[in-house]
Amino acid sequence: MKKYLMILMLALLPALTAGAAPVSGKMSADVDPHDKESLQRGAQAFANYCMACHQAELMRYSRVAQDLGLSSEDVEEFLIFTPGTQVVDVMRNAMDSEDSLDWFGAPAPDLTMTARRHGPDWVYTFLNGFYKDENQQFGVNNLVISGVSMPHVLQELQGLPEAIREDVDGQQRIVGLELNEAGMMSPAEYRRFTRDITNFMDYIAEPVKAERQRLGVYVIGFLLILLVLTYLLKKEFWRDVH
Amino acid sequence: MSETRGSSGGLMGWVDERFPATKMWNEHIGQYYAPKNFNFWYYFGSLALVVLVIQILSGIWLTMNYQPSADRAFESVEYIMRDVDWGWLIRYIHTTGASAFFVVVYLHMARALLYGSYQKPRELLWVFGVLIYLALMAEAFFGYMLPWGQMSFWGAQVIISLFGAIPVIGDQLALWIRGDYVISEITLNRFFALHVIGLPLVIIGLVVAHILALHEVGSNNPDGVEIKKNKDANGNPKDGIPFHPYYTVKDTFGLIVFLIFFSIVLFYMPEFFGLFIEAPNFEPANPQVTPDHIAPVWYFTPHYAMLRAIPDSFGGVVVMGAAVMILFFLPWLDRGRVRSIRYRGLSFKIALMLFFLSFVVLGYLGLQPATGLYTMLARIFTAIYFGFFVFIWVYTYFGLERTKPVPERVTMP
Repeated sequence: MKKYLMILMLALLPALTAGAAPVSGKMSADVDPHDKESLQRGAQAFANYCMACHQAELMRYSRVAQDLGLSSEDVEEFLIFTPGTQVVDVMRNAMDSEDSLDWFGAPAPDLTMTARRHGPDWVYTFLNGFYKDENQQFGVNNLVISGVSMPHVLQELQGLPEAIREDVDGQQRIVGLELNEAGMMSPAEYRRFTRDITNFMDYIAEPVKAERQRLGVYVIGFLLILLVLTYLLKKEFWRDVH
Repeated sequence: MSETRGSSGGLMGWVDERFPATKMWNEHIGQYYAPKNFNFWYYFGSLALVVLVIQILSGIWLTMNYQPSADRAFESVEYIMRDVDWGWLIRYIHTTGASAFFVVVYLHMARALLYGSYQKPRELLWVFGVLIYLALMAEAFFGYMLPWGQMSFWGAQVIISLFGAIPVIGDQLALWIRGDYVISEITLNRFFALHVIGLPLVIIGLVVAHILALHEVGSNNPDGVEIKKNKDANGNPKDGIPFHPYYTVKDTFGLIVFLIFFSIVLFYMPEFFGLFIEAPNFEPANPQVTPDHIAPVWYFTPHYAMLRAIPDSFGGVVVMGAAVMILFFLPWLDRGRVRSIRYRGLSFKIALMLFFLSFVVLGYLGLQPATGLYTMLARIFTAIYFGFFVFIWVYTYFGLERTKPVPERVTMP
């Protein structure tokens, strides 16, 4: 089997010993709120893989449908898996929060604002940062959140990377991740897949982003015209002031 | 419109016999003579007024949809961002406006320092201005709690606990401010009341007083020349021009420039690199989890840096308070006869630049963690900040200043 070597944040990893603070260095997801196809793929992946446990309680399916150009039937067929949920409802998870408490020790955090709280690159790095760690409850750990109490849900897609450890200044540190056996996706496919999820999470954190960027051009254009007019007006009135 | 009261007949005449509409218009706009040599720095007074109006209007519309309760506050802000038509625009106007207010006010205050606009006979004008600044700080602090995010909660926690550092009465005082043993919905509710009606009333009243005082003594100018000393046959200052239409059209141009910058932030960078809206505030307030790094919003960071520079917590509170309070005394500390920096001594120029620099550096340091070197720098620049006031008193009281001759008339740029 071909070895895939993923070197993540080479220089930045020294901060990432077990139990250390979260990373400061991140992979760039280069999110684009205008890329509707990526957002649609991301929405589907988010509904399929994330929303079994997590929810996005501040976001409505109907808004997703409206912004991403989906019909209500599309939403019902591809995005809604939680029983008794309608298109106008918010994005609730399928898991009971008491089960979550039993299984993971905490309710799965709401993901509506995560990409705005930590930045999309943080999310992207997190999704690409799982590695094998037998000492952990689910046999996996994460570069971004050390000791994360969450299984690697996307393991069947990605495979399970292993940490490359090296001695740095007398301490064992993770300097990169190595994927010995890919899952159903190639590393490039997996990166695209996780970027789509990241893009979607960035969208639900601020659904109006694309719209405000679109509108801004017109507002500023209008003001620039006014700028010329008010400048000429001022000049005209001030001609007799010496 | 320039006729004496009541003589013009018609509708305006009818009104003028009953209410001084024309008189007020003439006194404050139509025949208010302002120096003709205003430069770039003189835009920020009228801009501050515009931003005040922007904040009041956007604030009213936010209040229509915001819920001041611990359970609903965070959610209702996101509801405004998502489900309220144009709610996102109104909210971003308000968040951008809050920071813009301080940008404009700081530049406005810098102008007063540059051209000695606080000197006799404008002492009260300056004092009203500092009161507005103080009220604005309180207004911003109360408003920042309302989104009920992590930084809202913990920022308020830190600031209110400062009052606890006051000896003897501290704990009772902090309790009285919070209305509870911890920051809670009780605190949120009273901050809401103060933010939406209490302080806005105070600020509007002070702004009226500020403008009345200005129009009583007349505007200063970049040369620091008293234009009322040179009047023409009609009794109008030779170097003055009526506020309307000259400065109304000029300030309109300035307003458009301002709105362009305002729109760039609003539409393309509403968080402004985490300075105008801080990232931890996208997480709902959680009394159980303290954020790694609590920093106030950028406009308070100079004061925050001073607070942390002093090892003793009560000492820090005193220094931080003194940093604002000392501004009140500036007109009496500066005994110089020359107003404008253009004609003042070289030492004054250097001292004022160092003062501005200290404020900016302290602002930067207030955003950084308080570690070794940074704390040392904060102490040095705190000393420079207060050193300016000591310097200016010694420098002018003992007549050490070598000024340049001030011209009789204003000079045009």
